[in-house]
Amino acid sequence: MVPTIAYVIVSAVLFTIGVAGVLLRRNALIVFMSIELMLNAVNLSLAGFARQFGSATGQVFILFVLAVAAAEVAVGLAIILAVFRHRDTVDVDNMNLMKW
Amino acid sequence: MQWFLEIAWWIPLVPLLGAIANGLAGKRLGKTFVSTVGVGTVAAAFGLALGALAALLAVPGRQFQRDLFAWIPLGSPGAGGFGATFEAPVGYLVDPLAAVMILVVTGVGLLIHVYSVGYMGHDEGYSRYFAYLNLFTASMLLLVLANNFLLMFVGWEGVGLCSYLLIGFWYQKESAAAAGKKAFIVNRVGDFGFVIGMLLLFLAFGTLRFTEVNGLARPLVEQGMVTAGMITAITLLLFVGATGKSAQLPLWVWLPDAMEGPTPVSALIHAATMVTAGVYMIARTGALWALAPLSGAVVAITGALTALFAATIALTQYDLKRVLAYSTISQLGLMLLAAGVGAYTAAIFHLMTHAFFKGLLFLAAGSIMHALGNRIDLREMGQLRRRLPQTFLTFGVGWLAIAGVPPLAGFWSKDEILAEALALGTPYWWASGPVLWGIGTLASFLTAFYMSRAFYLAFFSDQRLDRHVEAHVHESPRSMTRPLWILAGLSILGGAPFGWQALGGGQTTLGAFLDPVWAVAAHGAPEAAHHAPVPNWVLMLFATGVAVVGILIARAGYRTRPFETPEPAQRTLGPFWAFFEDKWHIEAIYHAVFVRGGTALARFLAGPVDQGGVDRAVNGVAGAVGKVGTGLSRAQTGLVRSYAMSILAGAILVVAYFAFR
Amino acid sequence: MSNSAAQLAYLAPELVVAVGAVAVLALDILLPERSRRLLARATAAALLASLAAVWWLYAGEVAGRPERLFTGTLVRDGYSLFLDAVFLLAGILGALVSARYVDREGLQSGEYYALMLFAVLGMMLMAVSAELVTLFISYEILSLSVYVLSGIARGRAESAEAAMKYFLLGAFSSGFLIYGIALIYGATGTTALEAIGAAVMSRGLFGNSLLLIGMALVTVGFAFKVAAVPFHGWVPDVYQGAPLPVTAFMSAGVKAAAFGALARVLFTAFGSLSAVWQPALWLLALLTMVLGNTAAIAQTNIKRMLAYSSIAHAGYMLAGVAAYTAGDVALGSVLYYALVYTAMNIGAFAVVLVVGREGEGNQELSDYRGLAVRHPWVAAGMALFMVSLSGLPPTAGFLGKFYILNAALRANLIGLAVALVLASLISWYYYLRVVWLMYFIKPGEAPPTLSGAPSLRLAVGMAAVLVLILGLWPSAALNLAQVAALTVTAGGLPVIGRP
Repeated sequence: MVPTIAYVIVSAVLFTIGVAGVLLRRNALIVFMSIELMLNAVNLSLAGFARQFGSATGQVFILFVLAVAAAEVAVGLAIILAVFRHRDTVDVDNMNLMKW
Repeated sequence: MQWFLEIAWWIPLVPLLGAIANGLAGKRLGKTFVSTVGVGTVAAAFGLALGALAALLAVPGRQFQRDLFAWIPLGSPGAGGFGATFEAPVGYLVDPLAAVMILVVTGVGLLIHVYSVGYMGHDEGYSRYFAYLNLFTASMLLLVLANNFLLMFVGWEGVGLCSYLLIGFWYQKESAAAAGKKAFIVNRVGDFGFVIGMLLLFLAFGTLRFTEVNGLARPLVEQGMVTAGMITAITLLLFVGATGKSAQLPLWVWLPDAMEGPTPVSALIHAATMVTAGVYMIARTGALWALAPLSGAVVAITGALTALFAATIALTQYDLKRVLAYSTISQLGLMLLAAGVGAYTAAIFHLMTHAFFKGLLFLAAGSIMHALGNRIDLREMGQLRRRLPQTFLTFGVGWLAIAGVPPLAGFWSKDEILAEALALGTPYWWASGPVLWGIGTLASFLTAFYMSRAFYLAFFSDQRLDRHVEAHVHESPRSMTRPLWILAGLSILGGAPFGWQALGGGQTTLGAFLDPVWAVAAHGAPEAAHHAPVPNWVLMLFATGVAVVGILIARAGYRTRPFETPEPAQRTLGPFWAFFEDKWHIEAIYHAVFVRGGTALARFLAGPVDQGGVDRAVNGVAGAVGKVGTGLSRAQTGLVRSYAMSILAGAILVVAYFAFR
Repeated sequence: MSNSAAQLAYLAPELVVAVGAVAVLALDILLPERSRRLLARATAAALLASLAAVWWLYAGEVAGRPERLFTGTLVRDGYSLFLDAVFLLAGILGALVSARYVDREGLQSGEYYALMLFAVLGMMLMAVSAELVTLFISYEILSLSVYVLSGIARGRAESAEAAMKYFLLGAFSSGFLIYGIALIYGATGTTALEAIGAAVMSRGLFGNSLLLIGMALVTVGFAFKVAAVPFHGWVPDVYQGAPLPVTAFMSAGVKAAAFGALARVLFTAFGSLSAVWQPALWLLALLTMVLGNTAAIAQTNIKRMLAYSSIAHAGYMLAGVAAYTAGDVALGSVLYYALVYTAMNIGAFAVVLVVGREGEGNQELSDYRGLAVRHPWVAAGMALFMVSLSGLPPTAGFLGKFYILNAALRANLIGLAVALVLASLISWYYYLRVVWLMYFIKPGEAPPTLSGAPSLRLAVGMAAVLVLILGLWPSAALNLAQVAALTVTAGGLPVIGRP
């Protein structure tokens, strides 16, 4: 049987990749996808813990995270679209109307 | 009679209601309404204060404290920690000290309100002016009646606020707005000390109530619950607050500029009442200072040096109001000198007589300005005694009183301060009795000289009026001259009845009234070594001699001779004149330290940024902070990725701290 | 308690808001175009009804003893009731300041008010959550609503950009939050706050790195929402770009909700680990108040200045949380400050709305020159709010700060207390500069014409009265805050007996 620590490590790696994506990519859509990757990394570790404890809490939690992620997609894409209409770009480095 | 004490909380409330009425409706209801409300409320407060005094005399122990409602409950049913449950109440304390203060504030305040009716009669901000003035009176009364530090702080900030509002009253004038700003920033430094001192006090005592602080101070120190060092720290921090409000070294810079406000304001706020708040606060917490000899010595020597320092500057000024402003700083120094050596009665006595004669001098100066179309430069006056006879006579009374000529009011109180300073002294050689006495006497000599110089230049000497002005010179209306005469009467008679016993070295009338305030507080203290090395009448003779010599020297130099530059004092003093005139280069030093230093610091922290418009020491500090702010907000690039980076960095730091602590 | 209906009664305030939100959506479809104005009133009515429900529960003496609902996922106690009242106040003031603005800028009023109600619902659910999954979902209800609200003025590029920044950074940091929750779950096997606290004690998890990292990440997630430095980057941009009434509403409400949740998690679940998180919060508080106040000085746009000021105030409240050792005094001071901050900050924004003009015009500091000459009442209100924000007596802001200082001193955080006073000194400069501009500077050539909507005036008046009452007669509100805090500190692990 795969030990829980393996789940934790893989999820940590996935989470880190997600974080790196947020920091390094300039396209808002890809930034957003990286955030989704972070959430799914969390789901993986939750699944691992839930299996270890044999409790349903972790799995229920996964379902909720998925639901929240879906809601975020709806809101997020709408917002990115709204920005695109104004700027004709989704490059996050161009978004600096307000600063200082 | 007790009834007057029960309703003593109306004393600050009535002027506050006046301020509200004038502020909100004054403009619509016209000048008669504004004057009636403005003067009437202060008159009512004065009546209530008189009643409270009469009632107090009948109260055994002469102390009346009443909590109106629990303002801030600080206790907690569930928590441990120091101190039991504590409440900061909204409450007042009437004792002889507070009674004297409210009488001075409402009495002098009333006269100045009356005077303002004439002086400000043509100003378009008439209702605004009276609203501010009433608000000021209310705050000052709150300050002196509060029975705990927190409520006192409310009044403390309130008078500060009104002071800035009134300094900047003519905000169309650039210099007035700048002066208000300067006063504001300098006072923040003082407030910082006050707040920290108050917090430390609360930490150490678990209470902020004056009666409890005074009563607990000695037992707590003797039981070792509070260290003597703590008391010294608290008192020194409180003193920082006092230097700000009372314009002492090194925070005096705002007061001379405060003369940009209307003259009655200078008389009320920047001479008679608010600036004495520091002295009052020290007197109020006398028991604390009795336990901190070092702090007392610091206060005394600061006061003495300020008295001398300001006197030397005053003698080089041409602006009559500035002469008076520096003399205020100097006289406040004398009061703090007395407070530092523990002679609170003398300090309060001088506070009272000073309110009379300095209020008088300022109002008389205002009368001159009124007559000359707002000219205040001594070089453009001369021979005014013929044209302004009433102003001349009343100003003359104030002049003799501040110079210390017997038997006018100033003589008695100033002599008491110097005698007490010599007799009590402090344990430190740099603030011992003779040192303090010497500096104080020198300051008194200079005072007699520079006041005489100003007096002769204004009313005697040769006529130097502008031709256009000369045609319009006129004596002021009655609403202005009457307060002058009343204050002149007080300046003549307001000292002897309270202090004549000092002639024989006995306890004075005022002393008999006030001393119990501190006797209760200092209960159990070792008897202060009160040895008079020289009989009091000798000191009095000497002080009179000093004053007369000062006056005579000025008379020789300025009375009959036409004015010319360099004037006699300037020729005698040589290079010192320039040194004094430049305020001992202190503003220049502030400038160098705070402006250049601040700018350099800002440049270091924020990189090269625009640095125009910084010209004064206080602005320098503010400017430096502002530049740091600009620098910091440049980090706000507006870019999502840099914000995300900062979040990640923060997260890594927090995680690392939690995990590898 | 088994009877579901009875349990639901305890959630009456939340249910009223939820029903109100759905009703507003329905009304939006049913009502003809010209009577859309009713939506604002419906929103206010729902919030007032919810406030009445809070009052009803208070009167029923629920405040004193915590009532666990739905197998312990929710808890109805004085703490949540007090916070509910704060959110509802933020909501009511928010709805009042929105009415005219929504009309004038042509925003979709149905979505606007429904989202506002959903945001309030999310805040209220955060306050009653006694379990991390519920907490996370409530947090997301709140977050998604305010992301959309800040971008609801689609016609302005700034608004859309603000929404995008808020959304991307918010989702990013909620990733941290949820990862932290997962790790805590992994370390303790539970997500219920009290059970976590018990597990830490009984299994001696004081050095467990999963738990510690999880706790750190949860702290980071909330620190983002309260706008603590260095997680504050979004605040100035979003506050400036979002529609003004939205900024007003979220600056107070979201902050209060995040503080309520953060404090409950730390006090209930991690009280025994306070030695770990206290110093970290100490440092965050220090950085936050210093940076917030210094950067605010450099601002020329009043919205942006208030944004930095809101960062600074988060620092003061963090100091209150960091004073954990003072127990209920610390928590009570945070609760009280949340209430005070809501009143004075929305009040200040309401005045900005009064002065502001179409398309977010008239929001530079220079637009406030000489305001007192022409509009003495508006200027007096703004002066009151500025004085209160700067923490000067006799206003509510002074007392709020004083209480936090009191808590910090009781917890022996003397350095932090001194820093707080120093930071406030800096803040006086920029708050009172507004007063300065209004009273001491000659008005510009074009005198500002004011928006005189009665709803706006009502909001300014309400906030001003609250600021004065909370400053002069605070006893009642303070006692409520203190009792509310006690239900958490006494209901959780005892303060004494920590390792």
